[in-house]
Amino acid sequence: MFLKYCLKDSVPVTGLCPQAGSYGVQDSLRRGFSSVKNELLPSHPLELSEKNFQLNQDKMNFNTLRNIQGLHAPLKLQMEYRAARQIQRLPFLPSSNLALDTLRGSDDSIGFEDILNDPVQSELMGDPHIMTEYKLGVL
Amino acid sequence: KCPLVVSRTFWGKNIKCVCFYRNALLEADINKLGFSSPAARKTGTTICGVVYKDGVVLGADTRATEGMVVADKNCSKIHYISPNIYCCGAGTAADTEMTTQIISSNLELHSLSTGRLPRVTTANRMLKQMLFRYQGYIGAALVLGGVDCNGPHLYSIYPHGSTDKLPYVTMGSGSLAAMAVFEDRYRPNMEEEEAKRLVRDAIAAGIFNDLGSGSNIDLCVITKGKVDYLRPHDMANKKGVRTGSYRYKHGTTGVLTKAVTPLNLEVVEESVQTMDTS
Repeated sequence: MFLKYCLKDSVPVTGLCPQAGSYGVQDSLRRGFSSVKNELLPSHPLELSEKNFQLNQDKMNFNTLRNIQGLHAPLKLQMEYRAARQIQRLPFLPSSNLALDTLRGSDDSIGFEDILNDPVQSELMGDPHIMTEYKLGVL
Repeated sequence: KCPLVVSRTFWGKNIKCVCFYRNALLEADINKLGFSSPAARKTGTTICGVVYKDGVVLGADTRATEGMVVADKNCSKIHYISPNIYCCGAGTAADTEMTTQIISSNLELHSLSTGRLPRVTTANRMLKQMLFRYQGYIGAALVLGGVDCNGPHLYSIYPHGSTDKLPYVTMGSGSLAAMAVFEDRYRPNMEEEEAKRLVRDAIAAGIFNDLGSGSNIDLCVITKGKVDYLRPHDMANKKGVRTGSYRYKHGTTGVLTKAVTPLNLEVVEESVQTMDTS
């Protein structure tokens, strides 16, 4: 019975739709090559499950917490997550997300997201002025 | 093949499958041109482990293959996980290496957090959860063994995430040959020397009867408080020594004619450019 709740709440597919840049066309420079097949079907069998992995884990954990301790437990936790998520540096600087990591308990674990694609070594950087303007809604 | 790349700052929203796109595009083009894409380096292997009276003996061969070619004649397949836990890896070499290193790091952080020596079952659960998450795309078949507060333990872990807790296990392409030796001669509560001989013979069976395994036999004996990493324990396949010298003596080839042409070169310009070593 518990499993039925978990599976039904699984987050559906997002992000496979065409990524239109400016002028409504695929921005090849920033987002790479596009093909219709890749936008309709996942390009890797694990793409969907990995994209939604953290969300699904959270949904499952919150469901269990709700069933054991009552509705207040996941509500309070989600409120704390929302507050921790707002602690960020300026838009173009990498944030450590320390509070969020501590809440999740992922501050003492290492996964592929830490080894590969380290944001400190990212080859792309947005222009600071443009990114701040975008964040403030002025752009 | 390149793994999926996840950006941590966006909590899983920013999966970049760029490597997979690129590989798919390249593979289509390469096949049209008549070439074939590079093969992953595998450890076609024999690895095994046995539980004896005081602990665990793990054994492995040392050959790494890349298709039909031996890529490494003496690679190390017994990986360190924690001071009391070691893990042999078969399958794709990069996968076993990275998987064991990630689990070793996580186990170290975990043991610092709990303040206790890590348990083998913790490593087993971490490995099985990670491998199941990636649904077998991480090609790592592992034999995990160690001694903790509850005694000696031995697990075999398959690439899709299933595990078995057994007194003797074998994995890899030579696993059938090694298992035949175990099935014949295993008995519970062996002495250390007998267990080492049994594992050595099992790996030797894999080395001599399976093309994917070869070279030397490595052993790792884990007991409470002590680890003996014997590399190599037995050089089953020593490279041959050349008995004679094939170099020709001076004057072997007779000289018929000799013509010397001096090249008159003169220095036109000489300039010094210092390197910027700052």
